[in-house]
Amino acid sequence: MYRLTNIKINELIKIDNLTIPGQSVTCILGPSGSGKSTLLKLLNNMITPDDGQIAYKKQLISDLDPIQLRRKSVMVPQTPVIFDGTIKENITIGSKFSEKEPPSIKQLNGILEEFQLNKNLNDNALNLSGGEKQRIAIARALLMNPEVLMLDEPTSALDEQTAEVVVHKILEYVKDKDLSLIFVTHNKELAAQVADHTIDLMKYSLKKEMTIHERNH
Amino acid sequence: MKEIIDLSFWQLLSAYVFILILILIVKIKRIPREKEIFLATVRMTIQLILAGYILVYLFENAHPILTLFSICIMQVFAIYNVYKRSNTKINLQMKKIIALSMTLGIFFSLFYFIFIVINVSPWYEPRYFIPIAGMIIGNSMTGITLGVNNLITGMKSHREEVEGALMLGATPKAASKEVTNQAFDAAMIPTINSMVGMGIVFLPGLMTGQILSGTSPVVAIEYQIAVILGIVGSVSLSVILFLHLGYKQFFNDRSQLIHEHD
Repeated sequence: MYRLTNIKINELIKIDNLTIPGQSVTCILGPSGSGKSTLLKLLNNMITPDDGQIAYKKQLISDLDPIQLRRKSVMVPQTPVIFDGTIKENITIGSKFSEKEPPSIKQLNGILEEFQLNKNLNDNALNLSGGEKQRIAIARALLMNPEVLMLDEPTSALDEQTAEVVVHKILEYVKDKDLSLIFVTHNKELAAQVADHTIDLMKYSLKKEMTIHERNH
Repeated sequence: MKEIIDLSFWQLLSAYVFILILILIVKIKRIPREKEIFLATVRMTIQLILAGYILVYLFENAHPILTLFSICIMQVFAIYNVYKRSNTKINLQMKKIIALSMTLGIFFSLFYFIFIVINVSPWYEPRYFIPIAGMIIGNSMTGITLGVNNLITGMKSHREEVEGALMLGATPKAASKEVTNQAFDAAMIPTINSMVGMGIVFLPGLMTGQILSGTSPVVAIEYQIAVILGIVGSVSLSVILFLHLGYKQFFNDRSQLIHEHD
């Protein structure tokens, strides 16, 4: 699905060759500052590499409309972005931005329940806790019906029990809709448990060039 | 109606007592602002005396080139003032956008006002053209300055939301809509507030001047209403144009947020 060739960004990332297969769960592992989030931002063209090529479904990203690409390959950053407004507005804003059909009230209530968000759709989203905001951001991305879902540390603000439920729901949704999931985590156990493929950035150290190898399980 | 009282030199001088009182107060309160007050008073006096003589010359030698030249000078000063009064560093492209939107917004409103609203003949009559241009340019300058500052600071403080919106497939325009709306609001507030207070809280300068010079208050009010509408038109048009072109400066051709304005 994604193919990266000779990618370079400053001193931060150097990738000789990397393929991320479609309709599967790919996990990007590595310590803080190893370029995990940067790698995700490369994939939806939020940033452009200094050198090298990235192809999505055999088409070079540089030839694709970046806005259309981001509507297919939706990224949820580690710090969830919550807009001024209600929970409903915050979940539906994804469809609004991407000019897609908005989710129904039934879908909205359904996803709140699935993600254990015992809240009213008209509550102010800015008053939510960090974990609740994170779940709202994931729910928003899921309801956009993307082809690829890219999650940056999706469970970082959640307690263990909620994290388990959320991960389970995400995986269920991904399998159900035949999506591709790329997620960044520093949790090796979680990666081993759910990932079909792992990209390991563990050997990274500052100013030391490194190559990312794909490791199939 | 009584003739206007021409202030004698000594009468005018006596008005400077207010400045002496102000300097005395800041001295007693030990607020170190005497120098600024003194300089501002001197500048105001010199600038107005010069403006007075220039206006006398322009009025006595009415010519389209002279009128247009004066307007252009005022416009250049206003644009330069916006650059100077901006809180942050503005790049060259942004400066061009400010100049373009101010010029288009102001000139459209001004010429509409002169040709359609008052329909003065000859059109370049400096007695009408110059004071009206002054009011329109001055107010637009304040509006644009607020618009520029609010756009730049808003894009900085809402960077996460703007980037988050882009990640959700928003166009740069949709992603920055909240910021541009707030900037428009901030730019328009002084003009709207002045409309609300007009006639009750204060009598606007144009009206006061006309009444003092012996014009009927009703005629003065007619002019005042027309001028404030012209100002609203010019401020909103300049600010809309600026925001419409200005937000694009924060994105590159790949619809990525650029960090140049940090």
